[in-house]
Amino acid sequence: MSEKIERHREGAIIKDDLPEKMEVEINEVNTSGDYKESPVYIYYTWCKKCGICVEFCPTHCLGSKPDGSPFVEHPEKCIHCETCDRLCPDFAITGAKR
Amino acid sequence: MAKIPQKRIHKYLRHNKKFPHVWCPGCSNGIVLGAIIRAIDELKIERDDIAMVSGIGCSSRMPVYVDFNTLHSLHGRAIPFATGIKFFKPHMKVIVVTGDGDSTAIGGNHFIHAARRNIDITVVIVNNNIYGMTGGQYSPCTPHDDVATTMPYGNIDNTFDICKLAIGAGASFVGRTTAYHAIEAQQMIKKAVSHNGFSVVEVVSACPVIYGRLNKKGGAPEMMTEMKENSITLKGIDKLPADKKEGKIIRGIFIDEKRPEFNDKYQQLVDHLKEKK
Ligand SMILES: Cc1ncc(C[n+]2csc(CCOP(=O)(O)OP(=O)(O)O)c2C)c(N)n1
Ligand code: SF4
Ligand code: SF4
Ligand code: SF4
Repeated sequence: MSEKIERHREGAIIKDDLPEKMEVEINEVNTSGDYKESPVYIYYTWCKKCGICVEFCPTHCLGSKPDGSPFVEHPEKCIHCETCDRLCPDFAITGAKR
Repeated sequence: MAKIPQKRIHKYLRHNKKFPHVWCPGCSNGIVLGAIIRAIDELKIERDDIAMVSGIGCSSRMPVYVDFNTLHSLHGRAIPFATGIKFFKPHMKVIVVTGDGDSTAIGGNHFIHAARRNIDITVVIVNNNIYGMTGGQYSPCTPHDDVATTMPYGNIDNTFDICKLAIGAGASFVGRTTAYHAIEAQQMIKKAVSHNGFSVVEVVSACPVIYGRLNKKGGAPEMMTEMKENSITLKGIDKLPADKKEGKIIRGIFIDEKRPEFNDKYQQLVDHLKEKK
């Protein structure tokens, strides 16, 4: 790899881990239980509360909080279709199967 | 602090950039960028073999956020920059992301001539029907009668059909989809990137904050519902009665042809002339 590319890479390290910024909040609905059991993860620090994921979730698994941000209302309904994942303009939610 | 799973997309983002990104809530630009990243991820192309080039505009900010070779160039001039890259590094996959104003107004000439040349570049046009970044002036793609800050009483101009324009100019791959149809967009971009020749993918998009407000279209979910309900596939449109066809967004691949590509022809010429010597 040329020096230039390496220098460029330094500024954009591809981490296998989560970037620090996204570790701030975990899915609030699961604070009572184990968050690992949540089918969907929402990165609240990135979410702009546009409502797209809530509107287009085919199973109505997601609900809307009073401030407009989404939360997992019915975890058992999620079919991991990734609709929320694909339609979120802010890369702030993932419904992928793990 | 607890670690939560990352999305596939996150590994392609530049983590030293500020997130959340600059786009307004619900803006389709993020969805289109997601579709492009997913397409590239599925094609398994090396990050270093991709050049993402853009002009100026909201949509043209996409390359800033992704870890490919990127070039954020001048308003309307993304295609000339991309042509330079493709010509110098023919093995690279060159993707241009551009707005409707960027590609059909100020950059219209570059667009049609690159299509005529059939150079292997993929152009993803985010058609949000307006100049988003500069506050809502009308673009060549603003629908007739719709309001823009420079057409406060409704647009009296006619509208460009980007796909017809591209086909007419000679592009060898042309498709249209919408931001709501994200899977379709992803598949179409995948095909377009793999295609050897000038390929155009028009993604009908929502600009809820400028265009949506000016035209009272509601928020992003409402605008995307409209895309869902008001669009129809190429197959479906034939079955519709003529009076219902009007105003529909037609989705699908209009043209996908193998034609001699510019770089290939150039190389052939070079080889031919060398042989002669
Ligand atoms: C040569 C030049 N002329 C005008 C501008 C101002 N300008 C910046 S972005 C823009 C319009 C962008 O509209 P579009 O391409 O539709 O992208 P969008 O913001 O809607 O995604 C204009 C006119 C500029 N930056 N440079
Ligand atoms: S993955 Fe599908 S079912 Fe699950 S929350 Fe997202 S949209 Fe709803
Ligand atoms: S689609 Fe994304 S940004 Fe919009 S409300 Fe849902 S998680 Fe938040
Ligand atoms: S002005 Fe429109 S196109 Fe630009 S970021 Fe906002 S919603 Fe998106």
